Amino acid sequence: MEQIILFAPLVGAIIGGFGWKFMGETAAQWLTTSLLFLAAILSWVVFLTFDASAHANGYYTIDILRWIQSGTLDTSWAIRMDRLTATMLIVINTVSALVHLYSFGYMAHDEQFPDTPYKARFFAYLSFFTFAMLMLVTADNLVQMFFGWEGVGVASYLLIGFYYKKPSANAAAIKAFVVNRVGDFGFALGIFAIFFVTGSINFDVIFTEAHHISETTLHFLWRDWNAAEIIAFLLFVGAMGKSAQLILHTWLPDAMEGPTPVSALIHAATMVTAGVFLVCRMSPIMEFAPSATSFIVFLGATTAFFAATVGLVQNDIKRVIAYSTCSQLGYMFVAAGLGVYSVAMFHLLTHAFFKAMLFLGAGSVIHGMHHEQDMRNYGGLRHKLPWTFRAMMIGTLAITGFGVPLLYLGFPVGFAGFVSKDAIIESAYAAGDGYAFWMLVIAALFTSFYSWRLIFLTFYGKPRGDKHTHDHAHESPKVMLAPLAILAFGAVFAGMVFYKPFFGNAKYVGQFFGVSYAEQAHHGEGHDDHGDDHGADAYDDHGDDHATEESHDETAENHGDASHNDDAHGYDKPEGSHDDGHGETHYMFTGQPGQGAIYVASENTTLDDAHSVPVWVKLAPFFAMLLGFITAYIFYIRKPELPKKLAEQQAPLYNFLLNKWYFDELYDAIFVKPAMWLGKFLWKKGDTNVIDGGINGLAMGIIPFLTRLAGRAQSGYVFTYAFAMVIGIAVILTYFTITGGYE
Amino acid sequence: MDNLLSITTFIPAIAAAILALFLRGDDEAAQRNAKWLAVAATVMTFIVSLFILAGFDAQDTGFQFVEDREWIMGLNYKMGVDGISILFVMLTTFLMPLVIASCWNVSTRVKEYMIAFLLLETLMLGVFMALDLVLFYLFFEAGLIPMFLIIGVWGGKNRIYASFKFFLYTFLGSVLMLVAMVAMFADAGTTDIPTLMNWTFGTETFSILGVQLIGGMQTLLWLAFFASFAVKMPMWPVHTWLPDAHVQAPTAGSVVLAAILLKMGGYGFLRFSLPMFPVGSAVMADLVLWMSAIAIVYTSLVALVQQDMKKLIAYSSVAHMGFVTMGIFTFNQQGLDGAIFQMLSHGFISGALFLCVGVIYDRMHTREIDAYGGLVNRMPAYALVFMFFTMANVGLPGTSGFVGEFLTLMAAFQVNTWVAAVATTGVIFSAAYALWLYRRVVMGDLIKESLKSITDMTPRERFIFAPLVVMTLLLGVYPSLVTDIIGPSVAALVDHVEAAQSAFAPTTPTAAASH
Repeated sequence: MEQIILFAPLVGAIIGGFGWKFMGETAAQWLTTSLLFLAAILSWVVFLTFDASAHANGYYTIDILRWIQSGTLDTSWAIRMDRLTATMLIVINTVSALVHLYSFGYMAHDEQFPDTPYKARFFAYLSFFTFAMLMLVTADNLVQMFFGWEGVGVASYLLIGFYYKKPSANAAAIKAFVVNRVGDFGFALGIFAIFFVTGSINFDVIFTEAHHISETTLHFLWRDWNAAEIIAFLLFVGAMGKSAQLILHTWLPDAMEGPTPVSALIHAATMVTAGVFLVCRMSPIMEFAPSATSFIVFLGATTAFFAATVGLVQNDIKRVIAYSTCSQLGYMFVAAGLGVYSVAMFHLLTHAFFKAMLFLGAGSVIHGMHHEQDMRNYGGLRHKLPWTFRAMMIGTLAITGFGVPLLYLGFPVGFAGFVSKDAIIESAYAAGDGYAFWMLVIAALFTSFYSWRLIFLTFYGKPRGDKHTHDHAHESPKVMLAPLAILAFGAVFAGMVFYKPFFGNAKYVGQFFGVSYAEQAHHGEGHDDHGDDHGADAYDDHGDDHATEESHDETAENHGDASHNDDAHGYDKPEGSHDDGHGETHYMFTGQPGQGAIYVASENTTLDDAHSVPVWVKLAPFFAMLLGFITAYIFYIRKPELPKKLAEQQAPLYNFLLNKWYFDELYDAIFVKPAMWLGKFLWKKGDTNVIDGGINGLAMGIIPFLTRLAGRAQSGYVFTYAFAMVIGIAVILTYFTITGGYE
Repeated sequence: MDNLLSITTFIPAIAAAILALFLRGDDEAAQRNAKWLAVAATVMTFIVSLFILAGFDAQDTGFQFVEDREWIMGLNYKMGVDGISILFVMLTTFLMPLVIASCWNVSTRVKEYMIAFLLLETLMLGVFMALDLVLFYLFFEAGLIPMFLIIGVWGGKNRIYASFKFFLYTFLGSVLMLVAMVAMFADAGTTDIPTLMNWTFGTETFSILGVQLIGGMQTLLWLAFFASFAVKMPMWPVHTWLPDAHVQAPTAGSVVLAAILLKMGGYGFLRFSLPMFPVGSAVMADLVLWMSAIAIVYTSLVALVQQDMKKLIAYSSVAHMGFVTMGIFTFNQQGLDGAIFQMLSHGFISGALFLCVGVIYDRMHTREIDAYGGLVNRMPAYALVFMFFTMANVGLPGTSGFVGEFLTLMAAFQVNTWVAAVATTGVIFSAAYALWLYRRVVMGDLIKESLKSITDMTPRERFIFAPLVVMTLLLGVYPSLVTDIIGPSVAALVDHVEAAQSAFAPTTPTAAASH
C-alpha cells in the first residue's frame, strides 16, 4: 500500500506527461487526478490505521532498491513510515488531489497558449512534484531526502516557469532554483558532516548515535564546533532555503508567477513546509543543539514579523498570501526550534488546509476576474462570487485565529489557526523566549490586518478598476468550488479534531508519535523553576532503561482504550479533568533518540508548560487578532481614504515595506552583479591575459609561426603527412598484435 | 578467447584501414558507405566489449583478460583491464556509435573523417587497456593526432589556432611524462605497469637548487606525470586550451573530446600517480585539492558570462573535472568511487550537451546564445531533452550527475572541510549558469525571424539521445551498476595507497632526527 501511495503520482506523471498524445489531454488529466485521489485515500487509511505502538521504536521500513553504495556509505531507496511520515502523507496527497481537481477548471482556458497543448504538461508536472515530495517525506535516510528535496525544487522551477513566454516567470523560476541551491549548499554540508561523524546517513543510525554526536567535536572551517550544533545549523540552512526563511526568502514572492494552483500546492501547503519537516525529523540532533535551535527560534520569529510587515502593504492578492505563508512558516520554525515538534507539525497540518484554501480562493477570484491580480482593481465581489467569498471568509477566520478564548471542551473551540497558532505562541511564552513571544503576537496582529484588508478590498466596497472586467466577473465552476469546500471543512475542524495528539499532554502526543512517556511527580505553579528538577527526579527514580521499558508497557496498554477510541470519536470525551493544567497529572517524554517519530529530551518540558501559561498570554493573540480586524475595518470600510493619507505621511516607511525591505536590490548589488563582474574579470584578465599570455608566452610565440606554416600549405599536405603517421602507427600495432605473439 | 581486448581495440583500426585502402571516390554513395562502415565497426566493437564486461569478475582486483606478448626491441605488448579501467573501455565503445551517427550531415572529406574517428577509438581503447609504459605512451600520444586533425580540418573559422594550441599544450605536458618514464625504467628495470604499481620508488628527501623536495624521487616523478595529466583533465590553470578546442571542433569532435579524451587524465592519476607514487601523491594532495576547488569556482564564474554555448559547456566541463581531481586526491573510497563515477557520468552528460548544441548549430550555423530564444515553441522535444541534460549537468539527484559530485564532496569533507565548502558552492554556480543558458536559448517567446521556421529533432537525432538519457537515468537511480564493478578494485587501491603512505609517515621524523 505504501508503495502505491508513493508511486501512483509518478506513474501518473509519466503516462500523462508522455502518453497524452495518444490518449488525449482530457484522459491524461483524469488519469493523473484519479491516481492522486487513490494515493490520497490510501494515505488517510495509513494515517488512521497507523499505530506507533505496534512497531518497534514506532516506525517500520520498507526497502525498495539499493542506491548509492561506496565503502561504508550505504544508501537505499526506502520508505520509513512513522507518525511524521503519515502526517505528511495526508497533507501532501489531500492537497495535491484537490489541486489536481481544481486545475480542471482553473487551467481550462489560457490566453498564454492559444494553440499549444499545455494541460497534460501541467498535470504531469503537478504529479511529478507530488512524487518528489513523497520521496522527501518517506525517506529513511538523508540522501533520499535530498533527492526529494531537489526533486521538488525542479518541479517548482518547472511550474513557476510554466508560462515560459513571460520573461518574469522565467526569471522567477531561475531565482527560485538558485536561491534554493544556496540552502542546499548548507544541507549538503550537513549531510557530509553527519557522515563524517557517524559513518552513516541513515536515520536509524544517526538517531541512535545522537548522544555520541553531541559529545563529538568537529573541526569545520576555521574552528572546532560541537558536532550536533554545527550539523543542526547546516541542515537548518537547507531548511531556510526551502521554507523561505529570512535571508533566503526572496524567491517565494516571485514564485507567484506560477499558475495559482501551483502556489496553493507547492508554495503554501507542501514544499515550503519541507524545512519544518526536516527540523522535526532531525529532532534527535536538534535536541542536543541548544544554540542552533535558539537561532532557529530567533530566525523563525523574525521572519514571522518581517513577512507580516511586508504583507501589510502589498497590492497583488497572491503576494499578500505569499508573504503570509512566509510568516506562518516562521511560526512553525519557532515551534520546531523550541522543541515542541508536534506543535510545529500541528500548525503545518492546519496551515496546509487553510492556506491552500486561501490560495485556491484567490485563484477563483483571479479566474473570475480574467487574470486581474491587483486588489486595487477589485471591490464588491461578494455578490458576484458568493461561494468563493464564503470560502475566503472561512480561510481568513482560520488564519487570523478566530475562536472562543478560554473555552475548553476537551479541546479549544475555534478555527484551525486559532488552535495551532495559539499553541505556538503559548509554547514560546512557556519556554521563556520573550523575543519570540512578542514577535509572534505582533505578527498575529499584522496577520489579522492584512488578511482582513484582503477580504475588504476584494469583496467589499465599490467595484474599482476596469468596468468591463467587473461586469463579466463570474463565479467559478463546481470543479473549482468543490476542493474549496473540502478544504474549508479542514480549515474549520482540523485544529479541534487534532488538538490532542499534537498539542495534548505528553501522554497523548507520546502515544500518537510512538514516544514513550512517564507520569511526572507533582508539577505545580512555579513550573519554570521546578520543572527541571522534577524532570531530573523522575528520570533518576526510574533509571534509564527501566523507565523506558515501563513506559513502553504503558504505551501498549493505553493504546487500545485511548488512542483508538479517540481516533474514532474525535476526542470528544477527555479522560480526567483537563483544567488549564492545574491539578492534573503531568507527563514527560522518556524516549531515547531513535525511539518514535520525534525525540524530546526529558528536560524539555515546554509542551507541558505551555498548558499552564497565564491567562493574559492565552488572550494576547486573540486581542491582537481583534485589533488587526478593527484597524482593517476602519481603514478599508469606514474611512477608505485613510490608508492613502497614511502612506503619504509615512512615505519612507511605506516604500520600505512596499519594496520588501529592499532585499532584492541588496542581493543584486552584493551577489549578482559582483558574480557577473568577477566572471568577466576572470575570463578576460585571468584566462586570456594571465594564463594564455603568461604561462604559455613561449607556446604563444610558436603557434603563430606554425599557423603561418600551415596556412602556406594550402593543399593541406601537412595533414596528409600526419595522416600517414597515424596510419603507420596503426598498421605497425595491428601487425604485431596479430603476428607478434606467435613469432 | 584470450585476445578479446586486442580484438575490441583493433576492430575500428581495421575498419579504418579498409576505408583507406578500398574506398574510392567522394560521391554521395561513397560517403554513405564510409558512414555505414564506421557505424558497423563501432557497433561491433561495442558488442564485443560487452563480452569483456560479461566475463569480468568484479571481485578479482587484479588485471583480467591479460595479453602479454613479445614485441619489437625487447618491448612487451601487454593489455589488461581491472575494475578501474573496464568501465572507461565500455564508455568509449558505447559512445562511439552515437558519435558516428551524430556526424551524418557532414559532407566534406567524409572518408577521412570516419577514418580519424575510427583510429581515435582504437587509440583511446588502447590507453585504457595498455599495461606497458611504452605501449601506454604510444596510445596516449598518438591519440592527439586524429583529434588534432578533426579540429584542424573539420573545425570552425579559427581551427588552426585551436588545433595547434590543443596539440602543443597536451604534447608539452607529455614530454615531461616521457622523461619520467625513462627514469622509472632506469630505476625499476621494467616497463610493466602491474610490476611498477607495486614498485616502491625512492622517497628520501633531497634538494634541488636548494629546495627541499619532500618525498624525493616519488614527488619528482609525480610532478612529471602531473604535468601531462593536469593538462589533459584539464585542471585550472592549464585549462585554457579546452574552450578554444571545443569551440572550433566539429560537434562529434567536441563530444569525443569532452566525453572520452578528458577522462584520460583522470584515468592516468588512478593508474599511475596514486599506485606508483603514493607518497608523492600525499605530498602534493593539498595542492591538487585546492586547485580543484579553485577550478570549480573559477570556471563556474567564467561560464556564467559566456556568450558562446560551446564555450559555456566547455567551462562547465572544467568545473566538473575539478570534482574528479578533488575526489581522487582524498585517497578514500568515496572519493575514488565518486571520481570514477563522475567521469563516466560526465561522459554521457557533457557528450549529450554538446550534441544538444550540435542540433541547433546544424540548423542555424551559430553558437551565439543571443541568436536563439524561445525554441521551446517550435522544438518541444528538443526542449525536453535539453532540460533533462541541463538538470543532469547541475547534479540533480536521480541523474548520474549527482552521484559523482555527492561522493567526491563527501570524501573531501573528510579530508579538508575548507576545500569541501568551497567546492560545494559549485552546486549554486552550476545551477545559475546552466539554467540561465537554458532560459536564453529555449525559454521565452519566439521573436527572432530567423528561428520562425526551425524544426524539431529528427528521428535520427532522437535516436542518438535515447541511449544517453537511459544511461543518465539508470546510473542516477541505480548507481550500484557502476560501484559494484569498480568498488573492489578501488578498495584495493585505497588500501595500497594507505599502506604506502602510512609506511612513509613514521620514517620522516626518524630520518630528520638522524641527520
